Amino acid sequence: MTAQPGIGRFGDFGGRYVPEALIPALEQLDEVRRKALVDPEFVGELDRLHRTYTGRPSIITEVPRFAEHCGGARVILKREDLNHTGSHKINNVLGQALLTKRMGKSRVIAETGAGQHGVATATAAALLGLECVVYMGKVDTERQALNVARMRLLGAEVVAVTNGSQTLKDAVNEALRDWVANVEDTHYVLGTVTGPHPFPEMVRDFHRIIGVEARAQVLDLVGRLPDAVIACVGGGSNAMGIFHRFLDDTSVRLVGVEAGGDGVESGRHAARFSGGSRGVLHGAATYVLQNDDGQTIESHSVSAGLDYPSVGPEHAHLFESGRAEYRSATDDEAMEAFRLLSRTEGILPAIESAHALAGAMVLGRELGPDAVLLVSLSGRGDKDVHTAARWFGLLDDEDGMP
Amino acid sequence: MTSAPAPDQTLGSQILARCRQDGRAALIGYLPVGYPSVRESIAAMEALIEGGIDIVEVGVPYSDPLMDGPLIQRATELALDQGCQVDDVFTAMRAVADSGSTAYVMTYWNLVLRRGVDRFAADLATAGGSGLITPDLIPDEAAEWITASDRHGLDRVFLVAPSSTRERLAVATAACRGFVYAASTMGVTGTRDSVGSAAAQVVERAREVTDLPLCVGLGVSTRAQAAEVAGYADGVIVGSALVRALGEGGPAAVRTLTRELAAGVREGSR
Ligand SMILES: Cc1ncc(COP(=O)(O)O)c(C=O)c1O
Repeated sequence: MTAQPGIGRFGDFGGRYVPEALIPALEQLDEVRRKALVDPEFVGELDRLHRTYTGRPSIITEVPRFAEHCGGARVILKREDLNHTGSHKINNVLGQALLTKRMGKSRVIAETGAGQHGVATATAAALLGLECVVYMGKVDTERQALNVARMRLLGAEVVAVTNGSQTLKDAVNEALRDWVANVEDTHYVLGTVTGPHPFPEMVRDFHRIIGVEARAQVLDLVGRLPDAVIACVGGGSNAMGIFHRFLDDTSVRLVGVEAGGDGVESGRHAARFSGGSRGVLHGAATYVLQNDDGQTIESHSVSAGLDYPSVGPEHAHLFESGRAEYRSATDDEAMEAFRLLSRTEGILPAIESAHALAGAMVLGRELGPDAVLLVSLSGRGDKDVHTAARWFGLLDDEDGMP
Repeated sequence: MTSAPAPDQTLGSQILARCRQDGRAALIGYLPVGYPSVRESIAAMEALIEGGIDIVEVGVPYSDPLMDGPLIQRATELALDQGCQVDDVFTAMRAVADSGSTAYVMTYWNLVLRRGVDRFAADLATAGGSGLITPDLIPDEAAEWITASDRHGLDRVFLVAPSSTRERLAVATAACRGFVYAASTMGVTGTRDSVGSAAAQVVERAREVTDLPLCVGLGVSTRAQAAEVAGYADGVIVGSALVRALGEGGPAAVRTLTRELAAGVREGSR
């Protein structure tokens, strides 16, 4: 694969690998979002929703008792878990829902893994009076059953996808099929920084506020920039959101943590940068878990939101250029971090975010007590209570659990 | 408008030109390699040829077939579960060529990238194939494939759709060689009760910007539909209906349906 001069490229990565039928919709979206981002009315409306609906700016919290397990480094959490609907996903969804209105479309569709993006989309649809259909792999509807109920309560239709691995990647396939057929009145609210241009850039721009706020907040609290910014990477939206404002701060290490599943050597993981290779999936040239023929290999993770065989193209570029580094945390390591943050700080993280916390535990020990680590706490763990309780053997009677 | 087939044309292009001279649309039949097994899929492709197909379109099973509806998804998933590999597509191409016809490969782009674009093209040419149909590759991203197809003398078939603007129609058709694949509807593969008027419109609009043969696919499944589409298009592409026939009645059913469809394209001649 050689670099192509086309649009929407991050180095060799990105582009538009989709059916021609979708090109007019992508061009319309690109034009509308470019205009919107410089239109005071749009920017003002999004800003108002951030303040009065989502609860922005989200706070930062220093976590000294947890930091004792991170080599004594100072650890500061960016609390996206406190946003309305419980994760960072709402930042992007509100932006895209407003764009949907601007494009004169009346229906939104979304894919979801953990259910957080689906819940956020169902929420925005309820708020703005849009019809909403969410595609979710059947495996994920089972492990994130609470979020399925939430979406239905919000008025969305949830479709359990039974093709392929029945997880996030198959939900994306199904959403794309729906979109091709209904593009006339439907906008696809893609939930992360991948897909065909302009999605990776647009979704990043809607999440950029995470890093913009956090950079100022850390400077305020500590008086200097952090040594490292750490985020979990599924598709990579919370990570791009918190990384982007720091890209030019070359002293700040940007560390993405992928899902290591049973361990990269086991083959059962979602570590695209250590276990994958260059390829194309879901419209973008990026890193993909694939076999010698180019067939996608199923990913594995305790975390539904990180259980995805591909990753946003800008991360692929940051990886190859060396500006960001990517590590992985196994299921065991992430669940240990989940337990620790809950016990030491009274904060239940999403299992996705627990991977970033596990990364901070390792990096803190490497850097020592003088280091300042900023960690993206991308979501809260309410949706994961059942999975975690089962993991730690806290259920006396399986059937008795809600 | 037509000229005698030039020697530098692929066999596929020559067949399309001959159909045009005969004043009828070509019949193009799609089957995925490996369904229900590699051997039986090749037998079914031979049945297509016996039934009077003009050109064969061989699909490569892919783990994430986002342009395919449930029927072809299920068939290609089964093929992959049984261990079907990209190599098998070249075996199928060779068998089609040995039966006196030619095939185009319909493939999602990652499978070509992974093999290496130039190597894929070389293997395709060696196996007697005429070119590639690429449902998830737009000309804007196709620089490497355009170079490779030129080098190996292969056709490149991009898609146009009812949503295509005049500008996109011009871009896509200018990049095509051999023929243009006109999607009849906004949607994925599958049989439909009617082909709809969007197909005729996209063909009409594409004619304003290209002289290449325009072949219509997605949703054509019966003799009557084939006749209807043959009334305005240069080629009629049938997929899901053949896959279903193969699943229900094996190669014999494929042969029977192909005969019906071949009669249909002749009834609809312009
Ligand atoms: C709380 C939370 N964090 C992270 C992710 C992973 O997505 P991304 O990598 O796009 O931030 C998800 C996805 O569902 C999530 O719910």
